[in-house]
Amino acid sequence: MDVILFLIFAAIAVVAAINVVVQTHPISSAVSLIGVMGSLAVLYLLLGAEFIAAAQVIVYAGAVMVLFVFVIMLLNAGAEARVGRSFVASLLGAPVLIALLAVLAWVVERIYPRGTTVHFGGFTGGSAQAVGRALFTTYLLPFEITSILVLIAIIGAVVLARKEID
Amino acid sequence: MAQVPVSWFLSLSAVLFVLGVAGFVFRRNIITVFMSIELMLNAVNLSFVTFAYQRQAVDAHLFVFFVMVVAAAEAAVGLAIILTVFKNRATLNIDEVDSMKN
Repeated sequence: MDVILFLIFAAIAVVAAINVVVQTHPISSAVSLIGVMGSLAVLYLLLGAEFIAAAQVIVYAGAVMVLFVFVIMLLNAGAEARVGRSFVASLLGAPVLIALLAVLAWVVERIYPRGTTVHFGGFTGGSAQAVGRALFTTYLLPFEITSILVLIAIIGAVVLARKEID
Repeated sequence: MAQVPVSWFLSLSAVLFVLGVAGFVFRRNIITVFMSIELMLNAVNLSFVTFAYQRQAVDAHLFVFFVMVVAAAEAAVGLAIILTVFKNRATLNIDEVDSMKN
C-alpha cells in the first residue's frame, strides 16, 4: 500500500515537474508546479510530517502560487519566444544535467545501501504540537529572526512595486 | 507489508532538483526561471523530511519550516523586482535584461 501510494504520487510529481520545464506558457508551468507541491504534500504525510504537509498546501500551493499566478496575469505574460540558443549550450546541457543526476543518485545509493525503509505511521513526531514545541524552545531565536526577515521582505516588496507618485 | 526504501524518496528529491536546475538553465522567461527555483527548494524540503523520518527527530521539520518562510519572502520580493523590471523594460526575457554585461 505504501509503495503504491509512493509510486503514484512520485510519478505525478515527476510528470508535473517535467511539465513545469517544458511548457512554454508560464500559467501552464504554474499549474503544473501546484501539482508538484500537492503530491509532495501527500509524500510528507507518508513520512509522518503532518504539520509540514499542511503548511506545504497552505503556504506553497496557496499563498506563493497565488502570488505567481497573480503576477503572470498582471504582466499579461504570453508564451515564451523561441530564441536562438548557442550551439555549445544545446550540445552540453542535457549530458551535464544527466551527469549531475547520476552523481546525486550515486551518493544516495552509497549512503543508503539497503535496509532503512519508510512505512506510514513509522514516525509520529511531526505533529503540530511537536513542531510547535521545538519551534518555541530550541529554535526560538531563528524564529524571531525570521519574523524580522518577513517584515523586511514586506517593506521591500511594497517599496519595489509601488507606483511612483508625481 | 511492503515498505518504501528511504533511498527512493531521496532519489525522487534528486530527480526534482535536477528538473529544477534544467528549468533554471534552459528557460528564458523570468517567471518560469523563478518557478524552477521554487521547484528546487521543494526538492530539498523533501530530502529534509526524509532525513527527519530516518533519524526519528523533528528538527529537520523546523528547517523545512524556515525554508518555506524564506521562500515566501523571496517570492514576494522577487516578484516585486520582476514587476519593476517589466515596468522599466517591457520584457520578461532574461536575455534582454543584460545592462550589467557591458
